Amino acid sequence: MQITFTINGNTQTVDVDENTPLLWVVRDVLNLKGTKYGCGKAACGACTLHVDGEAVRSCSYAIKFAKGKSVTTIEGLGEAGNWHPVQQAWMEEIVPQCGYCQPGFMMATAALLDEVPNPTDQDIDDNIVNICRCGTYYRMRKAIHRAAAISQTNS
Amino acid sequence: MNTSISRRKFLVRSGIGVSVALGVSLSSCGLVRRKAAGILNEIEYAYRGDTNDPTIWFEVMADNQIILKSPKVEMGQGVFTALAQIAAEELEVDVENIKVVHAETQSGNIDKFGTGGSTSIPSLWTPLRELAATMRQMLVNAAAKQWSVDADQLTAQSGLVQYGNQQLTYGEIVQTIQEWDVPSTPKLKPKSSYQSIGKPVKRVDLTEKVTGAPIYGMDAALPNMLYAAVLRSPKIDATLETADTKAASQMPGVVKIVQEKDFVAVVADSYMEAENAKQKIKATWKTTKVWQTEDIEAELTVGRGSPVEIQKEGNASKILKENEATVIQREYWSPIGAHAQIEPNAAVAHVEGDHATIILSTQVTDITRSEVADRLGFKAENVNIVPTFLGGGFGRRLHTPHAMVAAVLSKSVGRPVKYVFSRQEEFQHDNFRPPTHHILRATLTADGDIEAISHDLSSGDVAFGSSLVPNIGNKFLGADLGAWRGGMIQYEAIPNHIVTSWRAKLPFSTSWWRGLGLLPNSFAIETFMDELAEQAGRDPIEFRLAHIKNDDRGNRLRAVIEAVAERANWKSGAPDGRALGFAASTDVNTPCAQIAEVSVEEGRIKVHKMTCAIDPGIAINPDQIRAQCEGSIVMGMSAAMYEEMFVKDNELRPVIYGPYQMAMMRDTPKEIDVVILENAETPGGLGEPPMGPVGAAIANAVYQLTGERITRMPFGHGNYELK
Repeated sequence: MQITFTINGNTQTVDVDENTPLLWVVRDVLNLKGTKYGCGKAACGACTLHVDGEAVRSCSYAIKFAKGKSVTTIEGLGEAGNWHPVQQAWMEEIVPQCGYCQPGFMMATAALLDEVPNPTDQDIDDNIVNICRCGTYYRMRKAIHRAAAISQTNS
Repeated sequence: MNTSISRRKFLVRSGIGVSVALGVSLSSCGLVRRKAAGILNEIEYAYRGDTNDPTIWFEVMADNQIILKSPKVEMGQGVFTALAQIAAEELEVDVENIKVVHAETQSGNIDKFGTGGSTSIPSLWTPLRELAATMRQMLVNAAAKQWSVDADQLTAQSGLVQYGNQQLTYGEIVQTIQEWDVPSTPKLKPKSSYQSIGKPVKRVDLTEKVTGAPIYGMDAALPNMLYAAVLRSPKIDATLETADTKAASQMPGVVKIVQEKDFVAVVADSYMEAENAKQKIKATWKTTKVWQTEDIEAELTVGRGSPVEIQKEGNASKILKENEATVIQREYWSPIGAHAQIEPNAAVAHVEGDHATIILSTQVTDITRSEVADRLGFKAENVNIVPTFLGGGFGRRLHTPHAMVAAVLSKSVGRPVKYVFSRQEEFQHDNFRPPTHHILRATLTADGDIEAISHDLSSGDVAFGSSLVPNIGNKFLGADLGAWRGGMIQYEAIPNHIVTSWRAKLPFSTSWWRGLGLLPNSFAIETFMDELAEQAGRDPIEFRLAHIKNDDRGNRLRAVIEAVAERANWKSGAPDGRALGFAASTDVNTPCAQIAEVSVEEGRIKVHKMTCAIDPGIAINPDQIRAQCEGSIVMGMSAAMYEEMFVKDNELRPVIYGPYQMAMMRDTPKEIDVVILENAETPGGLGEPPMGPVGAAIANAVYQLTGERITRMPFGHGNYELK
C-alpha cells in the first residue's frame, strides 16, 4: 500500500504493508538508522520519534497511522552547527556510554521540553520512562535541566 | 589521500603476553590451588595480540589525522577515549587528532582474548604506549633523514616534527617515505609530563552518539540484503522434533526456508516479513524433564557437587566446627540475571565464494571468526569479522553463534543476510548471570574481632568453557574463575578464613555478566560483615578497617574506605528519616567502597544518594571513571533490587522489559558522588569493580531503618516496615 507522509521536513511515499511498524519503515526503507530497535513492544523507548510533535514509540505504531503526518527522527533534530538544545546538553554533560538508547531518550526529552519548558525532577521521573542499560540516568537528568536552560537562553 | 606507511615487522622489544606467563605459572610451578587462585585474581594483562608492529595499529593520514585501529571494542565503557588518550600521549598529538576505529580481523590486529573483564586498559597500558612511542620515533627518524640531521636534534610535538625553524607535519612525513628505519622503542614519558593521560577529555564518540549515527551491529546493511528470523524453542532443554514450514513458506516476502541440522530459519525481504512467517511454522519440541524455578534452586545448593577451596588461611573450618554453639551464620541467594542490553543481537553476513564478511556487535572477534570459518569450512583468514560499536556488552557479546547462522543463510541464498533477534529471543536465549547460593559463618573473639570466617558459594558456570580464560586455569583450579569474582575474603587480617566454591549444573546457558560473581558475592559477604559488626557492637566501618591487612592491597582498600566515609559524612550520619549503609569490594585489583543514603517510603526502598570511592591506580580519564561508577551503581542497584528471571514449565520468563523490571530514571539516586584515588603506578580495571558494593550498601542501610536483614536479591519489591 502506498503511504505518503513527511519525514524530517521532506515528503516521502513508501509502498509497504500498512501494518508495518513505522520503526522498520524509517530504518529499513528510508535508511534512517538513528531510531533504534530495542524490544518491538513499546516497552523500552529506544525507537522513540516524533509524529506531529508528539513522542511515539515507533515499533508499535503502524505506518498507516502516519499517513499525511509529519515524522521527525533524531536525524532531523539537529546537526553540527545547529544543534538542538537537547543534543548540545547531552554533549556538554557527556551523557552517552554505549549510546544505543540515547536517540530515544533525546527524542522523548525534546517532546517533553516542548510541553514543559522547565521540567521539575518529578516531571522528568514521570515522563522520561525509557530504559538505559548503561545506567546513564544520572547524567541524563542533569542534561535535561541543562537543555531546558539552553532553550530558555536561546528563546 | 590515505597514505599507509610501509609495513615492517618490529622485533625490537619483547612482548608482554602475561596470559602466557599465567599458563606457565600454573602448569609448571605446582602451586597449591588456593595460591593459584590468588595469582589468577591478579590477572591484569588479558591481551593476546600484537605488541610489536605499530603499522597494524596506526595509519597516518595526509591531513595529519591518525587512525588507531583498536582490537578492543567500544561498548560504552569508554575504551576508545582512553586508548586515544594513551596513544596521543606518546605520539605527541592532541587527542582530537586521533580517530579510533574497530580493527577488522583482516587488518591483522586481532586480540585473541577479546574485550571484557575490565582488562583492556591494564593490558594495553604498556604495549600501546610503546607502540605509539615507536611510531613517533619512526616519524622523527624519517624527518631527520630528509633533513640530513641527527634525529636527537629534532622534537615532536602536536603532530609536528621540528628542527630549528623547519617543520613537517606527520602527514607530510608519511607521504615522502617508502621505507622506514627500524627504531628501538624509545623511553616512555614519566607520569609528571603527561598531557593527555589523566585529563577528563570528552568521549571521542560523542557526536556519533547524539546524532543517531549508524554505528551499531543492528544498523549494518549491505546492498541486496535479505532478513532472517530463526525458529527457537521458548523452552529450555528442548530439541526440535518436527517443523511444518508449509504455511510459513507461503507468507508474503518469504524467499526461502532453510532447514539445517540445528536450526530452521525463514529468509525474507524484510525483517517483519521474516518474523511474521516464522510465527507460522508449526513446530513440536521434545523436553526430557520439567523444570521450575524451585528445581533450579535445588540444584543450586551449597553442599551439592564437589567443593574447591579457593582461599584459605589458618584453620577456619576446624574453629567453626569446634565452636558450633557460638557461630554466627547466614544464608544468601541471588537470582538468574539477564543482560538485557538494549541492542538485540544481530549479524549481517555476506558469503561470496570461499570468503565471508560478517558485521556485528561482538566482544570476541577472533572467536566469532573461527566459529564462522569452522562452520563454513573456510580458512580463518578468508573470514573478515567487522566489529561495530556495541549497544551494550556486559558479557552478552561473548557468545556469537548468530554469526554462524547468518553466514550459513547467506551462503544458502547467495545474498547478504541479516539475522535480527527478537526481544523474546534475547531474553530466552541469553547466557544468563547464574543464580547463586551462599552460606557465611563466623566466630568472634571476646574482643569483638573475627576469629574465623567461611564463605561457601554455589553458582552456575561463568568462566567454565569460556574463551576468556585459558582453559588450563579452570582445569587446574577445578573451580569457576568467574563465579568467585568478589567471593574472596578481602579482610585478610582475619587469622582464619576459607572460601569454598561449589559448582551447580544448570539446564540453561550461564556466563559472564558485568562483574561476574562480584555483585552477588559482595552482597553476601558485605551484608554479613555488617551483621558481624553489630554482633561485636562496633561501627561497621571501624570493624572492617580493623580486619584489613597492612600490605599494599590492604592499604589501598583502607584508603578508599576512609575516603568514602569522610566524603559521605559517615560519622555525622544520615538526615532524619534516612540511613546510611556501607560496603566495599576489591575486584581486578581495584578497591571500591560505597555508602548508600536510603529511606523507606510507603514500604518501598528509596535510594537518595550514593557516594563511591574507587582506586583504579592511574586514572586515564577521570570523567569516564565517574561515568563507569555512576553506570555500575545504577546497573548494580537494578540487579540487586528489581531484576529476576523465573523458570516456569521450562520457559524462562519474563521475555520483555517491564515484567523484567529494571532501574529507571525515577529509581536513580539524585546524587552520585565519586571520589577517585590513585594509589598504584599502573591503571587497573574499572568497568566492573564499582558494581561490587552497591547491593550490600543499600541492604545495610535498609537494615538500619527496618531491623530486617536482607538476604535475597532482588530485594526492592519488598513491603518494608520501619522499626
